[in-house]
Amino acid sequence: MKKSLLLTCFLVAAPGLADAEMSVFACEPEWASLATELGGNLLQVESATTGVQDPHYIQARPSLISRVRRADLVICTGADLEAGWLPLLLRQGNNAKVQAGQPGFFAASDYVNMLEKPQVLDRAQGDIHPFGNPHIQTDPRNIGLVAEALNQRLQSLDPANVATYEARYQDFRARWSKAIDGWSARLEPLKGAKLVVYHRSWVYLFTWASLVDVGALEPKPGVPPSSSYLSELLARLKDQQILGIIQSSYQPTRPAEWLSERTGLPILILPHTVGSVSGVTDLFSMFEVLVSELEATAAGTAK
Amino acid sequence: MGWCRLSVAGSRKVLRAKCGDFYMNRWILAAVVLLAAPAQAQVTGNAFNPAISLILDGKFSSYSGDLDGYDFAGFPLDPEIGPPPEGLSLGESELVLSSNIDDQFYGFMTVALGDSAEGTEVSVEEAWIQTLALPAGFSVKAGKMLSSVGYHNNQHAHTWDYVDAPLPYQVMLGGALGDAGIQVRWIAPVDLMLELGAEVLRGDSYPAAGAGDSGTGTWTAFAHLGGDLGASNSWRVGLSRVSFDVAGRSYDLLADQGEFYGSGSVDIVDGIWKWAENGNTRARTLVVQAEYLKRHEDGRLDVTGDTLNGSSPYDIAQDGFYVQGAYQFRPMWRLGLRYERIHGDNADLQPPLNGLLDTSGSPDRVTAMLDYSHSEFSRLRFQVASLDNGQGSESQVFLQYIMSLGAHGAHQF
Repeated sequence: MKKSLLLTCFLVAAPGLADAEMSVFACEPEWASLATELGGNLLQVESATTGVQDPHYIQARPSLISRVRRADLVICTGADLEAGWLPLLLRQGNNAKVQAGQPGFFAASDYVNMLEKPQVLDRAQGDIHPFGNPHIQTDPRNIGLVAEALNQRLQSLDPANVATYEARYQDFRARWSKAIDGWSARLEPLKGAKLVVYHRSWVYLFTWASLVDVGALEPKPGVPPSSSYLSELLARLKDQQILGIIQSSYQPTRPAEWLSERTGLPILILPHTVGSVSGVTDLFSMFEVLVSELEATAAGTAK
Repeated sequence: MGWCRLSVAGSRKVLRAKCGDFYMNRWILAAVVLLAAPAQAQVTGNAFNPAISLILDGKFSSYSGDLDGYDFAGFPLDPEIGPPPEGLSLGESELVLSSNIDDQFYGFMTVALGDSAEGTEVSVEEAWIQTLALPAGFSVKAGKMLSSVGYHNNQHAHTWDYVDAPLPYQVMLGGALGDAGIQVRWIAPVDLMLELGAEVLRGDSYPAAGAGDSGTGTWTAFAHLGGDLGASNSWRVGLSRVSFDVAGRSYDLLADQGEFYGSGSVDIVDGIWKWAENGNTRARTLVVQAEYLKRHEDGRLDVTGDTLNGSSPYDIAQDGFYVQGAYQFRPMWRLGLRYERIHGDNADLQPPLNGLLDTSGSPDRVTAMLDYSHSEFSRLRFQVASLDNGQGSESQVFLQYIMSLGAHGAHQF
C-alpha cells in the first residue's frame, strides 16, 4: 500500500513519465470513447465537447487552445462539422503535430461513406455541409470502420505499443460485431417506421435501421423552428402513421412538445453520443439505450 | 484480413482501397486510377481556391444635439476616427480570403472597400501569413495584421457586439492597432491557456506615425491567460503594452497645421467572461467584457500656420475604460449594455501655443443594443447611445445590418 502510494507520488511528480502516454484531443465524446476502447490507459483522452453540447456551435475557448497545444493526436468527425471552431484551434494552438494532413490529425468522416452530399450548395438551404451529413456516429457500422482506421493510426503513432493496440482492437471488434448483430435483430420489426426529427442528424441511424424520416422540426438545417413552419409540418403529418419525434438532448424541447400536444406523438430524446442522456457512459450503452428507446416506443404504440 | 473495400468519396475525390492481399491491392489501385481519371479531369481549379467570404454592412445613423462628430477635450484624434455619417450609409464591404498555403503556412487577407463622396476607397485591412508547423508551441505571423494586444483589438468588425468600437480604442488606438510587421506567439504547455507574444510593427499607423526607427517604430508585448470554470463558463484576462515612435503625426488645428514628434505607450488590461448554459451557445448566453487603456506621450508639437507659429513640449496622459455585456435571452436575440468613459489630462502647451488645445476632459457614453441574427450569417441591430463630451451631449441612434456571404469562417473566442 505504502509502495503504491510512493509510486503514485513519483508518477505525479515526474512529468517525463506521465508524458509516456499519448494525449488525445477528441472533438466529440463518441471519438473520445472509441479512443479509450482502443487505447485504454496508453492514452490520456479528453473530449472538447460534452454529450449535451451542440458540436456545430462551440467557441474556440482558451481551454481548448491549451489542450490542442498539448495533444499528440486530434480526433474529430471532420466534414466541416467543426468548421466554426476547429480550424481556429489548430491555428492558435501552435502544435505542428496535429495540423490537418499530419499523422496527429484524424478525421473520422474520411473512413465512412458520407450520405446526403448536397447537389446544390446554397445557404438558402440552411447550414448545410458540402461534404455530406457529418452525424456519422449514429450508425454503429460506421463506428466499426472508424475503429479500424483509428487502430492503424494509433499503432503508427505509438509503435512501442503495437501489440497492445492490436489486441484491444481485436477484442473491441469482436464485441462490437456481436453487439451490432443483437441491435439489428431487435430493430428488425421497426423497419419502415416513420419518425419526425428535430435536426437532420439521424440519417445514418435511419439508413442502418431502415427507418423513414417524414419531416424535421427545423425548417432548414440550423434554422430554429418557427410557429408558421410547425403548423405547416403538422398539416403535412396528418393521417400518417408515425412512431414519434426524435431529438438530441441539446436541442430545445418546446417545438417537439408543441407538435406532441397536437398529435399525441411521443418525444424520444435519443443518445446521439456518449454522455448525452443518463446511463450512456460508452458506445455500447449509447446504442443499447437508443435501441431500447425505439423498441419501447414501438411496443407502446402497438398497444 | 482477406477482404477488400473500395470507396470513392465523390466531391472530394478521395479514393480509398483497402485490401489484405498485395497483388489484389495493386489491381484494385490500377482500376481505381483508371476509373478516377475522367472524374479527376473534371476537377476545376476551384477546389484549391482560398475560402472566400464577403462581409456587407450598412446602417442608418441619427444624431441629436450639436456635437459635430467626435470632439473630445483632451483627445486630439486620428482624423479617420469619427461616428458613421448621418443618415443612410454603406459601411465598409470586406472581402476575406484565407487558405492553407502548404503544410507550413497559412495566409489571410481582408480588403475593405469604402464608398464615399470622393469615390471608392480600397484598403488592405490585413494581409498576413502564419506558420503552422514551428516546434515547441511557437508561431510566427508576418504581414499587415491587427495586433493581438488587448481583447477588442483583433476582433473583426463584423463580430463586434456593437455598431462602433469602444471609445477608449477609438481615441487611443485609432479604432484598432493594425500595421505591417512580425508577430511571435508562444503557447505554454500547461493546463490553463497561457499565451505570450511580441510584435515589431512598421510604425506607420496611429498612434505611431512616420515609421520611426528605420521602419520598426512600434513594439508590442502581450500576455493572455484563460480557462474554463465548469462546462458553462470560460474566461480570459490579459496584459499588453504598445510602445511607439511618433515622427510627425499631423493635427488639424483650424487655420493652422500641427505636427507631433515624440514617443509614447499604451498599456491595456483586458478581461472577458462568457457564460452559456452547459456550453451551448445557441440557447441563453451572457458575455461580459471590460478593458482599461492608458496612454502616455512625450514630445514636441510644432505649429505652422496663418495665426500661429511655434513649438512647445507636449505631454499627454489619457486613460479610459469600457464595460460591456451582451445577453442572448432567447435564440437569435441579444440585448446589450455598454458604458465607456475616457479621461484626458494633458500638460498645457508653452507660449505662444498655450490655450491652443483643450487639455482635459472626461467624456462618457452609455449605449444599449438589441440585435437579431436569423442565422450565423446575418445580423440586424438597433442601438441607442447617449454621449456626453463634457461640453454638451447628444443621443445617437443606429440601425445596422451585417451579413456574411460565402465560406463559414471560424470565430475567435
